[in-house]
Amino acid sequence: MPMTRRLVLGASGALALPGLLRAQGSNPIRIGEINSYTSQPAFTLPYRNAMQLAVEQINARGGVLGRPLELITRDDAGRPQDAVRLAGELYNDQKVDVLAGAFLSNVGLALSEYAAQNKRLYIGGEPLTDAMVWERGNRYTFRLRPSTYMQAAILAEEAAKLPAKRWVTVSPNYEYGQSAVKWFRQILSAKRPDVQFVAEQWPALGRVDAGATVQALEQARPEAIFNVLFGPDLTNFVRQGNTRGLFERRAVVSMLTGEPEYLDPLGDEAPEGWTVTGYPGELVDTPAHKTYAAAYRQKFNAKPMCGSLVGYSLINSIAAGVAKAGTTETEKMVEGFRGASFDTPAGQATYRAIDHQGTLGVYVGKTALRRNEGVMVDWRYIDGKDLLPGDDVVRGMRPASAN
Amino acid sequence: MDSLIPQLLTGLAGASSLFLVASGLTIIFGVTRIVNFSHGSLMMLGAYIGWSILTRLPRDPEWFVLGILLTVLATALIGVVLEVVVLRRVYRAPELFQLLATFGVVLVLQDVTLWIWGAVELPLPRPRWLRGFVEIAGNRFPFYDLILIFVGPVVLGLLWLLMNRTRWGTLVRAATLDREMVAALGVNQRTLFTSVFALGAGLAGLGGALSLPNASANLNIDLSIITDAFVVVVVGGLGSLPGAFLASLLIGILQAFGIVLVPKITLVLVFLVMAVVLVFRPNGLMGRPQAEAREATAAAPVIRPAPRELRILGLVALVLAAAAPLVAGEYYLTVLTDACVAVIFATSLHFMMGPGGMASFGHAAWFGIGAYAAGLLMQWLGAPMPVGLLAAPILAGIVAALFGWFVVRLSGVYLSMLTLAFAQIVWAISFQWVEVTGGDNGLLGLWPPEWARNPATFYWIALALAVSVALLLRRALYAPYGYALRAARDSAMRAQSIGLDVKRLRMVALVIAGAACGLAGAIFSYSKGGIFPTYISIPHSVEALLMVLLGGLQTVAGPIIGALVYTGLADILVRSTDLWRLVLGTVIVLLVVAFPEGIAGAARRLWLRGREA
Amino acid sequence: MSVLVVQGLSKSFGGVQAVGDVSFAVAPGEMLALIGPNGAGKSTCFNMVGGQLVPDAGSVLLEGKPITGLSPRAIARRGVGRTFQITATFGSMTVRENVQMALLSHRREIWQFWRPVAGRHAEEADALLAQVGLEAQAERATGVLAYGDLKRLELAIALGNAPRLLLMDEPTAGMAPAERVGLMQLTRRLATERGVAVLFTEHDMDVVFDVSDRILVLNRGTLIAEGDGASIRANPAVREIYLGTGATSGGH
Repeated sequence: MPMTRRLVLGASGALALPGLLRAQGSNPIRIGEINSYTSQPAFTLPYRNAMQLAVEQINARGGVLGRPLELITRDDAGRPQDAVRLAGELYNDQKVDVLAGAFLSNVGLALSEYAAQNKRLYIGGEPLTDAMVWERGNRYTFRLRPSTYMQAAILAEEAAKLPAKRWVTVSPNYEYGQSAVKWFRQILSAKRPDVQFVAEQWPALGRVDAGATVQALEQARPEAIFNVLFGPDLTNFVRQGNTRGLFERRAVVSMLTGEPEYLDPLGDEAPEGWTVTGYPGELVDTPAHKTYAAAYRQKFNAKPMCGSLVGYSLINSIAAGVAKAGTTETEKMVEGFRGASFDTPAGQATYRAIDHQGTLGVYVGKTALRRNEGVMVDWRYIDGKDLLPGDDVVRGMRPASAN
Repeated sequence: MDSLIPQLLTGLAGASSLFLVASGLTIIFGVTRIVNFSHGSLMMLGAYIGWSILTRLPRDPEWFVLGILLTVLATALIGVVLEVVVLRRVYRAPELFQLLATFGVVLVLQDVTLWIWGAVELPLPRPRWLRGFVEIAGNRFPFYDLILIFVGPVVLGLLWLLMNRTRWGTLVRAATLDREMVAALGVNQRTLFTSVFALGAGLAGLGGALSLPNASANLNIDLSIITDAFVVVVVGGLGSLPGAFLASLLIGILQAFGIVLVPKITLVLVFLVMAVVLVFRPNGLMGRPQAEAREATAAAPVIRPAPRELRILGLVALVLAAAAPLVAGEYYLTVLTDACVAVIFATSLHFMMGPGGMASFGHAAWFGIGAYAAGLLMQWLGAPMPVGLLAAPILAGIVAALFGWFVVRLSGVYLSMLTLAFAQIVWAISFQWVEVTGGDNGLLGLWPPEWARNPATFYWIALALAVSVALLLRRALYAPYGYALRAARDSAMRAQSIGLDVKRLRMVALVIAGAACGLAGAIFSYSKGGIFPTYISIPHSVEALLMVLLGGLQTVAGPIIGALVYTGLADILVRSTDLWRLVLGTVIVLLVVAFPEGIAGAARRLWLRGREA
Repeated sequence: MSVLVVQGLSKSFGGVQAVGDVSFAVAPGEMLALIGPNGAGKSTCFNMVGGQLVPDAGSVLLEGKPITGLSPRAIARRGVGRTFQITATFGSMTVRENVQMALLSHRREIWQFWRPVAGRHAEEADALLAQVGLEAQAERATGVLAYGDLKRLELAIALGNAPRLLLMDEPTAGMAPAERVGLMQLTRRLATERGVAVLFTEHDMDVVFDVSDRILVLNRGTLIAEGDGASIRANPAVREIYLGTGATSGGH
């Protein structure tokens, strides 16, 4: 019996601890963050590191509204249903003020649904799906990163400059892949009516049969290729494509391939001359970025990844939004985040009032090999606000209730 | 036409890779009867170990071969450790518990691999000779893929020699045919099992290492390869090496041409092949029927009416559960709601698996079908929650009836694998058919109506439904139907000879289990506000198995206890540590070793100590 | 009229004839033994009557109606009870519940989902158990019974179906010699009392000669002798088979 009692006491003590902390003093602004730490570690671990860095820096500067930031992270294991449960835990049990996070689109959408339903603020960092701010957009959800549409749009513009007319697409068969191909085809076809798409490949996500896929693409004798594969799928595809000569004398336009998360593993087989979106990392030489990259390297002894950029910017954006709102009361924060400007290592960005999309931009450039490693060259940074469709189009896609 | 030959060769190379992994799995199954879920993890380890070794060796072909052989030895050694430390302790447990233990191993190895090699995928830098190609029919064909094409048959040949020209091989073949007989012959079964496991693990390691020049070592290998390997082994016939080879060829080639002809449904294609093969050949292409006596060896204990103490305990638990909203915070109410869903999920699986004798590896399919039924009705017709909660079990039941036609003619592991295949088909449809299901973005906005939105109200609804379903299922099990179902499981022969329609009994059990599970899916969707393909994923199906087996298969209270314990354990672990997979996996393995009859089963044994069952 | 009439039954497996043109009949209350050396086709014959195998040719009539090629279940429904060489009972039930199952099935009460089994037809089940001498064990789990008791339980289950014909495949296999005679005499008594026709195969010649009314001898799939105990004992063809194989009595 005594043992049972001690166990119970121990448990309740642990649960009560955050409450004690809060009562004792500085009353921090709590950010509850949910992400796929165990199922997508390659992206989310550098991302979490950078978030911690940002929190430290902001607190060193005196916090927000005179209160320090406190970050609580949770692992959703790649399952939206778990994310929703944990969102409840963070809000009801940990009493967080702002909910943030998600890497996977479905987790992001699930959290945004939760936010709308429970009238809580949710700031999505990574998820790319357009639905998050457009078709399924809602009043309580903001999204930082350039969306599938924005990435596909800039690549379609680049593709339109190429002479190629016979295109093929290869894309993982799920919502992200299908959306990317849809936008790319739509925008490129509009700009270049002479272009035709002669074949498409839809390997299952994470299970590409690269040899057969490359062979099938080769068979279509394309002049250019639009690729949406990433991660291990991309590695397999590039290797088979290199050996089988698929990429020779052909233009390749590729989503996200310039991100170090996906480019680095390709090693000395990283393709040269692909037009990609991504992140040039420490090659970005603006003062803001240099300071950030140096701090990151000093703290973690690693190079900043694309996930780091997103995590760092996410925390900064939240700090700016809360500061602008002047309170952590949800409805006021929604108003505060609308139009809130914040600094990121890539440049200044804003949460648009019209659709809550962040204007963090896209780096677009070419891939190249430097000392047996893939890098981005000839890149430029395009502000996110220039990549989005016109306000009328956006208003048409977004439910009226979202405003 | 000129691309026919390269595509065929590509298919053959794929077939070889598949065979390497499947051969180890089928040998292990043949002898030990263990459905080794951790086989994919062994292949993943093979890839990582291979990477670690090969990146440290010179990059010439002879060193490559040496590195591969070292990798095979290393994974074989890991296989020995696994067998001695974990599996040896659970051979006496019912078959499915071994599966559970191997799943625990999968979880542990995921975290161990992440901890040792890190999160970033590790591709092997390819020296020039690995990038070479030959010109075939005007197309470049990778030199390495040509090597792979030959590796498969060579390994098959070596295994054939090993099986047919050595005493050890003779023992393995004999054990595959009749395990008891070999034991009776005085063969040291322990050594035999350990060596077989080492061979199987070594083959998985070979598959992993040989995949390196084409793919990277990454953390997703384990679960993505294990389903393919299962399919190959089942299509070929459990325990049959030539069967596994034939099935690898069939699937490899079909995959290569499927990509050209029907690029969007390659994922489903493999499972359709498996379903078709099992319909025409219920034991796979080259498998032998499993003797019925084998399945009935361990007689299930008698189910008696619950003792008074247990009924009182149940009633107390129910009162506490009903009073929970008065004390528990909002978050704990959602966890309790999840627990209610888990109770239905587990009891419905138990219904078909315990008394029905049909172990489903794809129970999440019904969960998902129920969820999507409610979700699509809302999306298309604006159907409110009560309609959704009604439609979910009906639709899941109807689909179960259609699917049942295929299932009830199979038995044992084949049946389990067909349920797995079916769940994967349902998953692939939900994941890839974006226009209808929303793909992985799911169906959103599925919230309860205003009157039920309060977490306490919704919890009470979930509790009422869970208790009703559990009681109804229990009632059916104590009624003539439940007895007849159990009779058909205990002895199909005897059941038929007293006039019972075994197939129809099992079919109805599947429909009832599917319908109940569909309801669980719908409740869950309303509590999460959306439906996602992850509801139908393999890990979710395994969760149902975990709950039932943890609680205990042979008691009616088992699945309920299992559902509660698992939900609580998972919730606490996920929130307290990033290493939750390591801890959960270890706990599962320990529980299987300590309580091979499940928690409720162990409690029952203690309770009955000194009395006759 | 005969309960069971078998005419010209034949079955081949992969070109090898297991049973060829076998005909016989069993009358109510009669015990007919089917004997022969291993591989003579006894079990094949048996399984064709019981529905486990479909004959290539010939017919099986039960009380004048054809049951050839019907499923075991359909044949059971028409009043054929069966025991197996290796006992088949419901291991997760008590002894009484095993018999209750047969009674419930016989009364077409299986497809009920609400009223519990407990207590249903319990008296009738106990009466059947009393007839085979198992009444004291009614509450026990089947799994803990002695082998001889399992055999008797099988008999009680088979009787629960109120059969016109009882098929018993090696009913005494695995039992101690003293138990064997006891079981078969019990069967004899029940057959006479209830007018049930019994067709059985048996290795133990003592048992065969002790209880059977008539004996059929099969060798290599064909019927080589038929008659009562004395005439079979005297039959030179039968003697030759058994002396030739060395299996005279005592089973295996």
